[in-house]
Amino acid sequence: MAETVDARGLSCPQPVLDTMKTLSTTSETEVKVLVDTEASKENVSRAVQGKGWKVKEIREMGEEYHLILDKG
Amino acid sequence: MKNFFATRWGVIAVGAIIGILAAALQKLGNPGNMGICVACFERDIAGAVGMHRASVVQYMRPEIIGFVLGSLAAALVAKDFRPRAGSSPITRFVLGAFAMIGALVFLGCPWRAILRLAGGDLNAIFGILGLIAGVWIGTLFLKKGYDLGPAPKTYSSAGFILPGIMLFFLLLMLIYPQIPGVPKNGVLFYSVKGPGAMHAPVLISIIAGLVVGIIAQRSRFCTMGAFRDLILFRQTHLFGGVITLLLFAFLSNLVFGQFHVGFEGQPVAHTQAVWNFAGMVLAGLAFALAGGCPGRQLFMAGEGDGDAAVFVLGMIVGAAFSHNFGLASSPKGVGPHGIAAVFIGLAVCLTIGFTMRKRAK
Repeated sequence: MAETVDARGLSCPQPVLDTMKTLSTTSETEVKVLVDTEASKENVSRAVQGKGWKVKEIREMGEEYHLILDKG
Repeated sequence: MKNFFATRWGVIAVGAIIGILAAALQKLGNPGNMGICVACFERDIAGAVGMHRASVVQYMRPEIIGFVLGSLAAALVAKDFRPRAGSSPITRFVLGAFAMIGALVFLGCPWRAILRLAGGDLNAIFGILGLIAGVWIGTLFLKKGYDLGPAPKTYSSAGFILPGIMLFFLLLMLIYPQIPGVPKNGVLFYSVKGPGAMHAPVLISIIAGLVVGIIAQRSRFCTMGAFRDLILFRQTHLFGGVITLLLFAFLSNLVFGQFHVGFEGQPVAHTQAVWNFAGMVLAGLAFALAGGCPGRQLFMAGEGDGDAAVFVLGMIVGAAFSHNFGLASSPKGVGPHGIAAVFIGLAVCLTIGFTMRKRAK
């Protein structure tokens, strides 16, 4: 069961902030992040790399991006 | 389609290009250590339309227009044009006004702070330290849940409004061009002396502005974000661009003979270290609370961000207030009410930071 961070409509740095918060408190090994700008997609992808999480997949859903993050 | 400009090397390249272009614009006529200054230039635009009557700083700066239109063009081509608006606009307007007030106490936006340093103006060190301090205060609020709220998608035409205003300004400038020696031509004011009279040829300014608008939009270039991400996330991605901006502006200045190191006698600068620092603390805090440095706000406005557009207009109005009420500094030092304005601005920004939080702490 994956946890979801809904960062749609949020402006920088909120998507990264919310994602980081969830990654540090979650006990799940998979987290889904929803964003709706390319910049947020780039920012979140970049931010999680150094924190022990991997971007497993990025699904482009219309104007949204759904990032699937994997721990470790 | 991969976005090269948004990669680490892309941002680094963009910083270098901006640094070179800024030095070149200065060589071609823009004021000293002011090849590009978003705050000064928006203030000049406020003067051009008569919102203030400081006759030495009135000029419709095409660079600013190019930033917005270039960003718009890049966003449209890359399908990155996302009209959105509604994230506490009145707050952003006020943040823009105080960001400008703070910047005019220092006499520069973050880009100019870097360019001043690259030109040998050591007074800029205090400004940059102030900027970092202000951004740091902003990160404290961000960590405590400061959040102006989401910006819902809005109509496409709303996203075109600020670009439309900028295009209108450009048309005004082309229809009512400067007549040498004449301070007002039909509709627009044009300084006949002072920094407002120092400008590169219009065509070069507009092309340079468009180029910067395109590459800055694609790379998400943001000087405030550079320091913020370093402090908040220990990320150096945007900071790489700031470093190369400084380095390549410096190297270009050496080539162009524009490097003169020292504190005294620097162009459009004063030596009051405390207020250079404090003005930029205010500006840095306001930029952090608004989510972008003034350049970035212009590029976001070009992408269709209506809240960034409101911040830009707040900056222009703030510039008008600054020169109408003696808030802006001059090379002699702070203006008659500049110090009071800094304290008022800090109080307002701190109030915004403390009260606009989602999570009660």
